[in-house]
Amino acid sequence: MGYDLQPLFLTFRLAAVTTLILCLIGIPFAYWMAFTKVRIKPVLEALVSMPLVLPPSVLGFYLLLAFSPQSAFGHFVETYIGLKLAFSFAGLVVASVIFSFPFMVHPVQSGFQTLPRSLTEAACTLGKSRWQTFARVLLPNIKPSLLAGVVLSFAHTIGEFGVVMMIGGNLPGETKVAAIAIYDEVESLNYDAANFYALVLFSVCFIILLTVYLLNRKMLMRVG
Amino acid sequence: MIEVDIQKKLFSAQGEFTLELKMNIEKGEFISLFGQSGAGKTTLLRCLAGLEKPDSGSIKVNGERWFDGKTAFMLPARHRRAGYMFQDYALFPNMTVRGNLEFALQPGAGKQRVAELIELMGLGELQQRKPDTLSGGQKQRVALARALAAEPKLLLLDEPFSALDHAIRVRLQDEVMRMQRHFDLTTVMVSHDISEVYKLSQRVMVIEQGSIAKQGTPAEVFKSGQASGKFSFAGEVLDIETADVVFAVTLLVGNQVVRVIATPDEVKNLKQGDRVMLMSKAFNPVLVSVAS
Repeated sequence: MGYDLQPLFLTFRLAAVTTLILCLIGIPFAYWMAFTKVRIKPVLEALVSMPLVLPPSVLGFYLLLAFSPQSAFGHFVETYIGLKLAFSFAGLVVASVIFSFPFMVHPVQSGFQTLPRSLTEAACTLGKSRWQTFARVLLPNIKPSLLAGVVLSFAHTIGEFGVVMMIGGNLPGETKVAAIAIYDEVESLNYDAANFYALVLFSVCFIILLTVYLLNRKMLMRVG
Repeated sequence: MIEVDIQKKLFSAQGEFTLELKMNIEKGEFISLFGQSGAGKTTLLRCLAGLEKPDSGSIKVNGERWFDGKTAFMLPARHRRAGYMFQDYALFPNMTVRGNLEFALQPGAGKQRVAELIELMGLGELQQRKPDTLSGGQKQRVALARALAAEPKLLLLDEPFSALDHAIRVRLQDEVMRMQRHFDLTTVMVSHDISEVYKLSQRVMVIEQGSIAKQGTPAEVFKSGQASGKFSFAGEVLDIETADVVFAVTLLVGNQVVRVIATPDEVKNLKQGDRVMLMSKAFNPVLVSVAS
């Protein structure tokens, strides 16, 4: 087959990096959100959920403005961190992290919230620190939620189109992910190539989701 | 010795009231807090554990400050070394029985304490099992063992036996008593079961609406007040029939249907469905053992 595999690799690389970053910042954030009593919590919750309801082009448009070297943010990042965000892989990662944020935070946050409070309290009365309680009691007991968060973030990043289109453009090897490649091939009437990318995405996403549901059923059965 | 003198506003179904308690607990003493639900017993226990904050007052343990309302100081629960047994046991589902006990060990404590507790509490067969696979009584034993594994200075039990059936309850009460003596542990238990309080505690405090209504040894508290030489039961009138010059009233007491004789005076204002108190003098009771 003479299809260019690069868009597929790029898609999976983007999804993997995004998911990794989301694990590092999304899980602690979800933990904080689950137990905080700050007044602006509803505001934060609304902001986190925005990507669920906004057209991707809205978010993409603002990110494009923010990423441009003429903007204060884009200029700062380019001069001090040395990252060019507009029309680059790094920019796609930042956008994907923002865009998939609710898909990580929601399941993990509700996982934390459904754990009985007495578990945290028990660890506390046994003299355990907050970190020990988090790492050894809370996290291991919300495995299904963590799995859901990781998988949904990964799958959602694979399926991203609008934001990438707005801020990434169509640079082969840099920002041309599979979803864009499909659009591109259709425009050039290469239906075979479009079908190839589409089929791969379809199968991969289906297999991922199926695995999650099977695993979850197994975990639930073990508990029940 | 534990010196408690705290105030805290509470909101219950009956409205707002203030928990106002002052008490001293001697080392090695077993104290029960007895009273209706919502009287503030569990709140006191949680204040002792550091899980809840009193509004004002102070808690001192062996001279060490645990809470001081004046300086707004509160020693966090994790530094108090107060073993708390939760009503729902709060065992960590991701760890085995042994894992739960080992997690509770203090830094530097040897694993032989876990082995000793497993031996003492007869948990040998269960040690590799996860909490989800245990029965209520077994979970209870693990929870007690786990609280003890952390070498607590104070043991707090929140209605520890309420979810268990009678036979297991009696066995576990013995176990708690044995452990309490073995480790000479100062213990505070919340309970609304008189027989349990009688059996386990040296001192009872009856808590009503947030303050101590009565205290003393179980014998003093329960015999003087409630053992009055009279039985009384709350019941509901099911039926009233005439039988010659008297009336026969059929009542539902608990889930038993009983039929008693009543005078015309007594039934004058009674009708079906009324709530009544049924009382009898206790000079001629029949006691029959119902050993389980």
